[in-house]
Amino acid sequence: MVELRLYLAQRATAAIMAPLVLLHLGVMIYAIQGGLTANEILERTRDSLFWGGTYGLFVIAVSVHAAIGLRNILREWFRLRGPVLTALCWLCAAGLLFAGLRAVAAVVGTP
Amino acid sequence: MSAPTTDSITVSVWRGGVSGGDFQEFQVPQQPSQTILDIVTWIQRNLDASLSYRFACRVGMCGSCAMMVNGLPRWTCRTHVNKVMVDNRLKVEPLRNLPVIKDLACDMSEFFEKWRQAEGHFQGSGTRDETVAAISPKSLQRQTANAAIECINCAICYAACDVVAWNRDYLGPAALNRAWSLQNDQRDCARDERLTVVAGDAGCHQCHSQQGCSTYCPNELNPTASIAGLKQMSAHWFMKKKYRERHG
Amino acid sequence: MKAHRKQPLYLAFLMHRLSGLGLALFLPFHFYVLGLALEGNAALEGFLHWSELPLVKFAEFGLVFLLALHFFGGLRLLALENLPWSNRQKNYAAVALAAAFFVACGYLLRAI
Repeated sequence: MVELRLYLAQRATAAIMAPLVLLHLGVMIYAIQGGLTANEILERTRDSLFWGGTYGLFVIAVSVHAAIGLRNILREWFRLRGPVLTALCWLCAAGLLFAGLRAVAAVVGTP
Repeated sequence: MSAPTTDSITVSVWRGGVSGGDFQEFQVPQQPSQTILDIVTWIQRNLDASLSYRFACRVGMCGSCAMMVNGLPRWTCRTHVNKVMVDNRLKVEPLRNLPVIKDLACDMSEFFEKWRQAEGHFQGSGTRDETVAAISPKSLQRQTANAAIECINCAICYAACDVVAWNRDYLGPAALNRAWSLQNDQRDCARDERLTVVAGDAGCHQCHSQQGCSTYCPNELNPTASIAGLKQMSAHWFMKKKYRERHG
Repeated sequence: MKAHRKQPLYLAFLMHRLSGLGLALFLPFHFYVLGLALEGNAALEGFLHWSELPLVKFAEFGLVFLLALHFFGGLRLLALENLPWSNRQKNYAAVALAAAFFVACGYLLRAI
């Protein structure tokens, strides 16, 4: 029951991300006042266990969620099936996970 | 074909078969309280006897006359021309998402086959020697089953559903709606088998809650609501099954 | 658009799918920009300099709108699939759209 498992994974990651998205929207609306500078962002995130953990979790969840969502689009609108579909989706998940964790490391770690 | 007059309607009717087809225009005189079924019948009797179409009761009870009217799936016997006509023009096609046999008659086989796959029939264990099952019509389960039970298999929801259009395996709103009403029938003993199908890859989790089915159902049923119930029921069933398998 | 799709909950579905697609396509770019911080604060600052442009601010407004829309629409779907059925789906979809617009405008007013 592949579709059921994917359905559960997508809803579970959605539930995990709900508070994270609210936080992210809140931070964006707070931080954009008076312009955005790299120093302002990085002062908040550098060496922060909280932001590293929060955004790390966000990245893992979104890699799963977006890949499954893209899979639906590829299947329903582009009629992809079988190994091609599976390969593309794993590629999306892996790509987002790698780039996302790299971005988290970039803003949390020391350059 | 004469030029259109003020009280004639230009009707574009799909003609063709399995290998394809095209629209053919007819001029039909307007009449009081005219329905789309009246129009199609008039064309066949007066203009082109080779036009194929289906109907039976012609009073909105059987669902046989379902067709696409100006792009929407409707019972043609209950669709009044003056409610849907634009600029004295009409377009009539066979139901969407089903193969065409000829002209306005589509092949309902896959619709019924999916109903069968979803275990859409009651399976009881009682015999004539036992007392009648005592089920209160007021019980929540019975009310839930009753809310979904009036389906007459007209396939309008199937024609309206875009997930059916995008995924040929998808069981579709009618089959799943029936599965839901049976899952809420305490007397049914095939509920586990039915959940296995409903939770399968062609099952309820494919639904995107577009509610095209409930928008166009002439019996005012809501397959989206039924499918939402099935999603919950089958997800719980699946997780309990996995837990039992893992922990004995 | 096909006639049968011109109903509110199909549009809600479409907006949810398109906003998700937009966000998914934006993410690699977002991760790339943040990744510039690997080379030090100045590298990221060099890019953020572009965010002063009005066009970029408007694009940011669009992205915040997409995220908020997908978020509120997603909440409606989680409720639809896990709570008892409500016949008010069209109302909830409208509230989700309005809330998303409200949040995005809140962002824009602070950005300009």
